[in-house]
Amino acid sequence: MSNTYFEILRSGVNTTIQDSGRNHLYHLGITVSGAIDQRNYKIANALADNKLDDAVLEFAYQGPLLKLKNGTINFSITGKIFFNIIRQNSKIEEGICYKNYILEDEDQVDIISTKNTAYGYLSVNGGFKLQKIWNSYSTNTKANIGSNNGRKYSIGDKIFIKNSYPETIKEKAIRYNESFDNIIRVIKGTNFDYFSKEAQNNFFNQEFSVTNLVDRMGIRLKGLKIENIVSSNIKSEGLVRGVIQVPADGNPIIMLSDHGTIGGYPKICTVISADLDQVGQLIPGKTIQFKEVSLEEAQNIFKAYTENTNKYLNECD
Amino acid sequence: MIKNISNLGDAAIYCDFGSEVNEKINLNVINYFYSLSELVLENKINGINNITPSYNKLIISFDLTKTNYSEVKNVLIKLKIKDNLRNNHKNIKVPVCCADEFGLDFKRLSDKVKLSKEKILELYLNKEYFCYMTGFVAGMPFLGDISEKIKCERLETPRVKVPKGSVGITEQFANIYTFESPGGWNIIGNTPLKIFDKLDLKEPALIKPGDKVSFYQISKDEYINWNE
Repeated sequence: MSNTYFEILRSGVNTTIQDSGRNHLYHLGITVSGAIDQRNYKIANALADNKLDDAVLEFAYQGPLLKLKNGTINFSITGKIFFNIIRQNSKIEEGICYKNYILEDEDQVDIISTKNTAYGYLSVNGGFKLQKIWNSYSTNTKANIGSNNGRKYSIGDKIFIKNSYPETIKEKAIRYNESFDNIIRVIKGTNFDYFSKEAQNNFFNQEFSVTNLVDRMGIRLKGLKIENIVSSNIKSEGLVRGVIQVPADGNPIIMLSDHGTIGGYPKICTVISADLDQVGQLIPGKTIQFKEVSLEEAQNIFKAYTENTNKYLNECD
Repeated sequence: MIKNISNLGDAAIYCDFGSEVNEKINLNVINYFYSLSELVLENKINGINNITPSYNKLIISFDLTKTNYSEVKNVLIKLKIKDNLRNNHKNIKVPVCCADEFGLDFKRLSDKVKLSKEKILELYLNKEYFCYMTGFVAGMPFLGDISEKIKCERLETPRVKVPKGSVGITEQFANIYTFESPGGWNIIGNTPLKIFDKLDLKEPALIKPGDKVSFYQISKDEYINWNE
C-alpha cells in the first residue's frame, strides 16, 4: 500500500479535484462540474500516462504549493502556468508546461500563477487515491459533493497518490501552441427574439468585457445594455454549459461547469462546444466579441477542434 | 405532447411543451423524462448526458463526440411514452416549524396578502402539492400550486443567506432550501427533515419531479429534538 501524498503548504485560490464531469443528475439539481478546460485536462493525463478521464488537480489563478511525502512520482502540468520545482537540496528548477517530470520524496511543486488565463491542471501518473461519487471524482463545492468531501483544498490537507514509485514511463513533452483571438462563436438561443433589434445587433457588433464576477459557475460580462422587450424572466427551465442568460440588468452571463441546473433568465445565445475551453479560461478585464454560426458550422468546428485535441493527445504517446 | 423541438447550442435539445404552468403539461414533461431516462439507463441510446425536466420544457444535453442533434431528435420523435409516473410517485409529508425565528417573512406576507399568520398557515398546510421540478441547487423542490389567497411576489431585495431547511413561497409556488444560499422567496418556516442527503447514493433527493408533498406543523421542541 502506497502512503505517498502531497501535503498542501499553500492552498491557492481554488484548488479542487476535477475530471470529465458528473452526468445524469441534472433532474435532481446536481450540476455537471468537471474540469473547466477539458482539453488541457485530458492532455495533462496523457502526459502523465494516465487514462484520459482520470482525476486531476485543477487550480485557478494562484495555484497550490505541494510537498511530496513518502515516495517518488511522475507528474505533468498543463495550461499557461508559472511554476517551480523546489528540489530537496533547495535547488529551484523553473517548470515547463506540457512535459512530464519526476518528483522525488520531499521535493515541492510551487504553482505560482496562471498567465493571462484562469485554470491549470496537474496530473500524477497512476492518479490520486479517491473514490468516485456518482461515477465522477469531480468536486462540486456548492453542494459539497465529490472528492475532499466536496470542498476545495486548504492548507495542511493531504492528497494521497496511488503509485509510490512511477511506472517506468518515458519522458514526454509536446509543443502546445494555441492562440485565442477573442472571438466567441455562438448559436442563437431560444429567447433571442426577447431582445430589441438594436440589442441583437449590439450583441454581435460590440465588445464585452469580463467583469470580476467570474467563477466556476459562470462569467458575468459588461457592455452596452442588452435591452429586453418581452420579459426579463422566463418560467425556470434547464440550463447547459455555454448558455448565455441575460438578466434584467442587461448584462450577459455565460454558464460554466458549476452552473445551477435551472434558471429563469432569457437565453440569448449558446456558446458552441468547440469554444467552451477558451471561454472558461477568460479572466477579468479581457474583452470578447460574439460571432453567430449555424448548427452545422458549429458541428464542423467541433469536429476540427476534437481532431486537433486528438493530435496533441497522440503526440503524448 | 411536445409542441416544438429545437436545438439549444450544438450539444442540447430543447423540447417545448407549451407556455402555461400547470400539472397536466408538467406531467407530460415528466413522463417524457422518465421514458427517455429508462432508455439511457438500459444503454439503448448513446451519448445522452443529462435530461432536465422543468414546468413546461425538457432539455436534453448530449456528448457531441458520440451523437448529434438530428440523431437525438429522431430518438425523441420515435419515443414511446409510458405513463409510468402514476404508479411511481411518492407521497411525502414534510414537518415544518413556523416559530418566529424560522418564519422570517410573516409580517411582510400578512401586509401583502392582508391575512393573519394563522390564516396564511391554514391555507398553506391544508393542501397537497405537486413537485414540478427539482433543481437549481441539489435537491431543491419546486412545488405548486399554493392557494391564490397567499400568492405573493419575491422579496424586493433578496437575502444574501437563506438558512438551510427554509420553507418559502413565491407566486404560485413553494420550495425548500436544501443548502444555505442567497434567495428571494418569502420564508414561512423551517424543516428539520433532510431533503437532500448526499450520503444516500441511491436516492439523494427526497422529493423528485412528480411526487406529492404536504406540510404539517411541528412545535419548536419537536423541531429541536427531531431525529430521522
